Amino acid sequence: MTPNLLVFRVLRNPKVTISLSLADWDLLLRQARCSNLLARIHSLLNEQGLIDRVPPKPREHLQWTHVIAERQIKAVHWEVTMIRKALAKVGPIILLKGAAYVMAKLPPAQGRLFSDIDIMVPKDNLNEVEAALMLHGWGTTHHDTYDQRYYRRWMHELPPMRHIKRSSVIDVHHAILPETAAIHPSPDKLRSSACSLDGYDDLKILAPADMVLHSAAHLFNESELDNGLRDLVDIDSLLRHFSNLPSFWVVLVERAKDLELTRALFYSLRYTTLILHTTIPPSTMVAIEIGRPNQLTLTIMDKLFTRALMPDHPSCSDWLTNTAKRVLYVRGNWLRMPPLLLARHLFHKAFISPKPE
Amino acid sequence: MNISTLTLSELGHRLKKAGMFLQTGTFITHLKTSIPSVAEGIRLLYADYPLVEHLDFADFHVSLTYPRNLRRWLKPQIQFLFDGKPPFKPLPADQAFPMLEWGLNWCVSSHANHYLIIHAAVIEKGGYAAVLPAPPGSGKSTLCAALVNRGWRLLSDELALIHIGDGRIVPLPRPISLKNQSIDIIQSYEPDAVISRKISDTMKGTVAHMKPPANSIIRANETAHAGWVIFPKYQSSVPAQLKKLSRSRAFIRIADNAFNYSLLGIKGFETLTGLVDASQCYDFTYSSLENAIETFSALEPPASSK
Repeated sequence: MTPNLLVFRVLRNPKVTISLSLADWDLLLRQARCSNLLARIHSLLNEQGLIDRVPPKPREHLQWTHVIAERQIKAVHWEVTMIRKALAKVGPIILLKGAAYVMAKLPPAQGRLFSDIDIMVPKDNLNEVEAALMLHGWGTTHHDTYDQRYYRRWMHELPPMRHIKRSSVIDVHHAILPETAAIHPSPDKLRSSACSLDGYDDLKILAPADMVLHSAAHLFNESELDNGLRDLVDIDSLLRHFSNLPSFWVVLVERAKDLELTRALFYSLRYTTLILHTTIPPSTMVAIEIGRPNQLTLTIMDKLFTRALMPDHPSCSDWLTNTAKRVLYVRGNWLRMPPLLLARHLFHKAFISPKPE
Repeated sequence: MNISTLTLSELGHRLKKAGMFLQTGTFITHLKTSIPSVAEGIRLLYADYPLVEHLDFADFHVSLTYPRNLRRWLKPQIQFLFDGKPPFKPLPADQAFPMLEWGLNWCVSSHANHYLIIHAAVIEKGGYAAVLPAPPGSGKSTLCAALVNRGWRLLSDELALIHIGDGRIVPLPRPISLKNQSIDIIQSYEPDAVISRKISDTMKGTVAHMKPPANSIIRANETAHAGWVIFPKYQSSVPAQLKKLSRSRAFIRIADNAFNYSLLGIKGFETLTGLVDASQCYDFTYSSLENAIETFSALEPPASSK
């Protein structure tokens, strides 16, 4: 069902790179670059001592992006330092996604490219956090009043804030899915299980199972899957890493029930095993059947996701790829808001909001 | 075999069907396009480049196409695609060839992080390179075009590539971009210079490209030692004058003109320190190309001054 793409074969087992021809490398680099996974492949090969066996030209390309990935890890540390300084009086914050992987030195941080820093704070503290960030140089990126209201009333985050000097962007979340979505993973539950980050008394990260579930909720409720494969690789990498924890798999499924995220976890386990051959205990695969949609939905979702999770490269698309992405775009919006509100939102976006140009 | 062995129609056919492999310095670019002005530009300015038949690997896969929008019927535009994706907004179709040149610069400057990349012209004589960093408008390309017509070897008119590790300066000879009055100045300075058709109203004004000397293309694999860092500035009616520049000041000004200095972190710092330490650094003002050439031929290589 899933095409056996070169980039998938290498992500599953980096050793296959030993036998690649130069033409294979050409294709692999192109597939990986447009999925934002070039630096990831560099770190996989580096970890397994395979990097020196890559022919010189492709190795150069891998090293080029490694430079960027290294620089970004430093930038995340610096940015987190600045955020801690700005929010020193507000109380502990939870780092999400990329920033959490980097600060907790988790495997998905290796060779991951970033666009912004995500944090989570209690909804009651939003005003205080926003004011503190503004005092330290961050300003809102959306100046349209409708957009402001859209974020503040309906979404799970403030409009993204950009630092005036460094241009770095921070997303301040108070939940992991929009207020208007049909499911509500409880932010209180996420917060109360959050773990302290070693060496910091003002930083926290989500508990292992919650971290996977957040990533899953994000990927499988999103309307734009531009970084879809990268996000799936994150989930795969977290699962492989946490699978050594005692009772991780049992907790994962229980927690998914608790947070209303069984469907997102079902899809995550289905597509990580299918595309990246992640090893998942059979008992977990049975337990997560509770998140399985009906057969018709699943058949359609398989067709959509196996296309949308491909690298955005001509060598990885067929005649249905663009349609699949468009359908998932509509689905993502559908999941985000009830129909009437969505109709109102889309009407506003289409006819009233000023056009970007 | 060089690209000049192909007729214009053969070249156009190749570019349209399978695409062509352009070898510029250490980089291979696979280029595909059906736009006639691009084929003409390549035929004129890349005539002395090797004709590479087929390669399994290319550093960059680029194409120039007409975007599929309604404007193609009224005011056609072109877009530069990097492996199928546009890094820039489309431009008027007339600017296809300059856009290819700008796109190729972008391919190198935004990827090739095993070099410290400085926005500078680089020329070489006797194994030593002169790096001419400068903001647009300082006359760096004009000076560079004049010098390569008077015995200096062209390494690049736009991107100085300093190898991290050994500090060698690596050639990337490509057509020299001339703007506004410099086009006529160079044509009258060197009547034999091959210069492409002028294209007006681009974001840089009127532009044309000068064909690089064949010898620079043949020697594209020969790296050079750092010799001089010279900040040129054209000023009307001043004598050509070199003014010694402190290394620390030169350092800061080169860093300002570098594409990936901060990205490279400590390695960027070390590489730039190496360049400045090995070079004699000058500010250079000039008003006449003849005088500028004399000043440059009188430059002593840094080794002899040690």
